[in-house]
Amino acid sequence: MLAKRIIPCLDVKDGRTVKGVNFVNLRDAGDPVELAWQYSREGADELVFLDITATHERRKTTVDLVKSVARQVNIPFTIGGGINELADADVLLHSGADKISINSAAVRNPQLIDQMANAFGIQFVVVAVDTRRVNGKNYVHLNGGRLKTDVETEDWIKEAESRGAGEILLTSMDHDGTKNGFDCVLLDKVNRGLSIPLIASGGAGNISHFVDVFQQGHADAALAASVFHYGEILIPDLKAELRKNGIEVR
Amino acid sequence: MTGIINYEAGNIFSLTAALDRLDIPYGMINKTSEVERYDRIIIPGVGHAGAAMQKLRDSGLAGAVGEIKKPILGICVGMQLLTAYSEEGNASLLDIVPLKTYHFEGRIAEKVPHTGWNKVYPENNNPLFENLKKDTYFYFVHSYFIEYNATFTAAFAQYGLKFSAAIQDKNFFGVQFHPEKSGAAGEQLLLNFSNLR
Repeated sequence: MLAKRIIPCLDVKDGRTVKGVNFVNLRDAGDPVELAWQYSREGADELVFLDITATHERRKTTVDLVKSVARQVNIPFTIGGGINELADADVLLHSGADKISINSAAVRNPQLIDQMANAFGIQFVVVAVDTRRVNGKNYVHLNGGRLKTDVETEDWIKEAESRGAGEILLTSMDHDGTKNGFDCVLLDKVNRGLSIPLIASGGAGNISHFVDVFQQGHADAALAASVFHYGEILIPDLKAELRKNGIEVR
Repeated sequence: MTGIINYEAGNIFSLTAALDRLDIPYGMINKTSEVERYDRIIIPGVGHAGAAMQKLRDSGLAGAVGEIKKPILGICVGMQLLTAYSEEGNASLLDIVPLKTYHFEGRIAEKVPHTGWNKVYPENNNPLFENLKKDTYFYFVHSYFIEYNATFTAAFAQYGLKFSAAIQDKNFFGVQFHPEKSGAAGEQLLLNFSNLR
């Protein structure tokens, strides 16, 4: 059976990780490559690097970072942030990225998903969706959740899938940063209509939240940042607990 | 020395990076005359099987592959090329291993592509899996699979159905998963291949 995936997310700015980290034995906590290597050794199944300034300041994701990670890390990784056109993705593919994640650019120009899927295969294309609840409905938000659109989240996810997304990375902006758990209700609802993998993001605070996101949200993978970076949850402990709850993990 | 068939079917950065980490020396095979320089050969490949087959033909290397007597390892689409046929693009392939490559979609209830870590069960002590336990996880990402076959399946996995995670016919080996992305297990498999004669 396919294992549920645990994915640490590293926010990167100017080639350095942004949030503080609390790893022992780490020479340089700001070095995303060393951090990535450490996570892979601890049992992370995949990694996501997000250039958090990229969309807002129109920065291109650093190709050097992707190359360094691909050289040194032996698990798959996704790079997101500032990918606006086919050429951006092409450079990243040839620098060793396994997947790219597109967010705002895809909402503004949905055909980008078709183009990327045709050029690189759907397995390369992760569509990241930031959602927030407004008057009882879920709407897609852009620019790190700052800008509301009129597009309803579930409609957009269906469209992204039909255009050739290989995976959906769904972040609940309402839950993100709260540490109160993932939005399992929305995740479960989205998952029912989806025939591609769903990565849950936003709200992880403790180990039981991960049990919930797989048992109630039925996500295929769970992504988190600070709980891992600050050492609040260690991946071996997390996986042991998931296993104890009958959830298949590597 | 390991030769990599260079036919421009996708990115080989991750593969060469993995070989570098393992200190496995390698070079690129761009034309048929370069095959004999190497002790073993890897056929990489991502993307569309029909398109990859066309690129292999265009490179002039398609005819040479079947003649190779040294250990040869196809990875992902590189492995599918060894089979007779793929539903992807309704393509005739190299037909070195008499198996077929089918689409998961419509055959299983699970999500497609098959993305993530799944357990791989080697058969008959296949040498590719030496020093690996019987149900080791490897990283997969694919929508098409090679059918299970009692003779040619070197390892199987389960995803809605039982399929070939690895195949072997004489000196021809193939793996559906990505050893270059499968952590320590993948590295062990690449080392095992590099020790084959």
